[in-house]
Amino acid sequence: MSVETATAPSKPEVKREPLFSKKNRKVLRDPLDDNNPITVQILGICSALAVTVQVKPALIMAVGVMFVTAFSNLIIALIRDSIPSRIRMIVQLVVVALLVTLVDQLLKAYMYDISKKLSVFVGLIITNCIVMGRLEAFAMAQKPWPSFLDGVGNGLGYGIILVVVSIFRELLGAGSLLGYKIVPQWAYEMGYVNNGLMVLPPAALFIIGIYIWWQRGRNRKLINAS
Amino acid sequence: MEHLLNILIKSIFVENVIFAFFLGMCSFLAVSKKVKTAFGLGLAVIFVMILTTPLNYLILTYMLKEGALSWVHPSLATVDLTFLGFILFISTIAGAVQLVEMVVEKFTPTLYNALGIFLPLITVNCSILGASLFMQEREYNFAETAVFSVGAGIGFFLAIVLLAAIRERLRYSRIPEPLQGLGIAMIITGLMGMAFLSFSGIQL
Repeated sequence: MSVETATAPSKPEVKREPLFSKKNRKVLRDPLDDNNPITVQILGICSALAVTVQVKPALIMAVGVMFVTAFSNLIIALIRDSIPSRIRMIVQLVVVALLVTLVDQLLKAYMYDISKKLSVFVGLIITNCIVMGRLEAFAMAQKPWPSFLDGVGNGLGYGIILVVVSIFRELLGAGSLLGYKIVPQWAYEMGYVNNGLMVLPPAALFIIGIYIWWQRGRNRKLINAS
Repeated sequence: MEHLLNILIKSIFVENVIFAFFLGMCSFLAVSKKVKTAFGLGLAVIFVMILTTPLNYLILTYMLKEGALSWVHPSLATVDLTFLGFILFISTIAGAVQLVEMVVEKFTPTLYNALGIFLPLITVNCSILGASLFMQEREYNFAETAVFSVGAGIGFFLAIVLLAAIRERLRYSRIPEPLQGLGIAMIITGLMGMAFLSFSGIQL
């Protein structure tokens, strides 16, 4: 896991910068590809792999993680000056656990079947390294608004990987997308068979491994990233 | 007895935390470059797991479940605090990790330096919290919880030491440049997962 340390700007800023200044856009866009939490920072792989058998749970999970990263970053950035550094882990965990409890209760209330399918993995957002990693590396040293954007960006970067992996797994493993049949019936009659491996856990690792291969082959400056 | 043995075997091999649920992948991939550090982290995880999962079971049964508080006062019998589970579980884990950190620092400073940042990060090792949540979801009793936590810990230990051993050998093989490091580690974990799939269906 590579955690870059962001340094706080030492002098107070005189000019107010616009909400989407160039720097803030970069904060939002970087995690999507060049600094993707999963494939480059190696954060949050745990849950990324387990919920990607179908596209729908993956989407819900991505939204949940984005919500938690964005708002935990915001809250921690707001109170960062009043947290004693010795107990910052516990403070961060409590904030994150609070937000995750909120997501879990909402899912249970409005999307019970999805919540059952995600089972323990909603609770595991707490220990999702993305959340903690971004809190430590970014929100502890930055202003609330860039921190919020950083959270949204990292949540999106995480979501992209989740959706890509789940599209491959659902299409090849079950012949459908979001529950709709994509592979026509006549293909099965001609002897097409769903790839059973895609439904099993190892397939997710292969797909992410190949994705990393493709990404680093395209963008060679990432090769020595980890 | 046989039932407990079954849970143990199942949690080590069939439902290995790494290969079946991908819990704790972050530290699994990051600390598996050398067998020695992997060994240390594996032991630390076993220890924290054995400490926290039964503790969380007690918290769940005597504080959180519906009617669990009736031992304090009969009028509290209808209180259901299960929604506080996440917060209490993670606090227990954070506390236990702090304890382990102090013990390791005192007795084996070399191991402490080797583990570095990853010792505090056991707190956010998904496999620890995952074990507690599985314990809650599968409604284990105390003996089952204890056995399950031992099994899950050993499963993680086994997986990380195996991967570290393979990665040490990988240094001598020619891997395409973009695939080196993380990419090949992912694919090897997948292959190991396939090997572990052959354990599925084992029943005692």
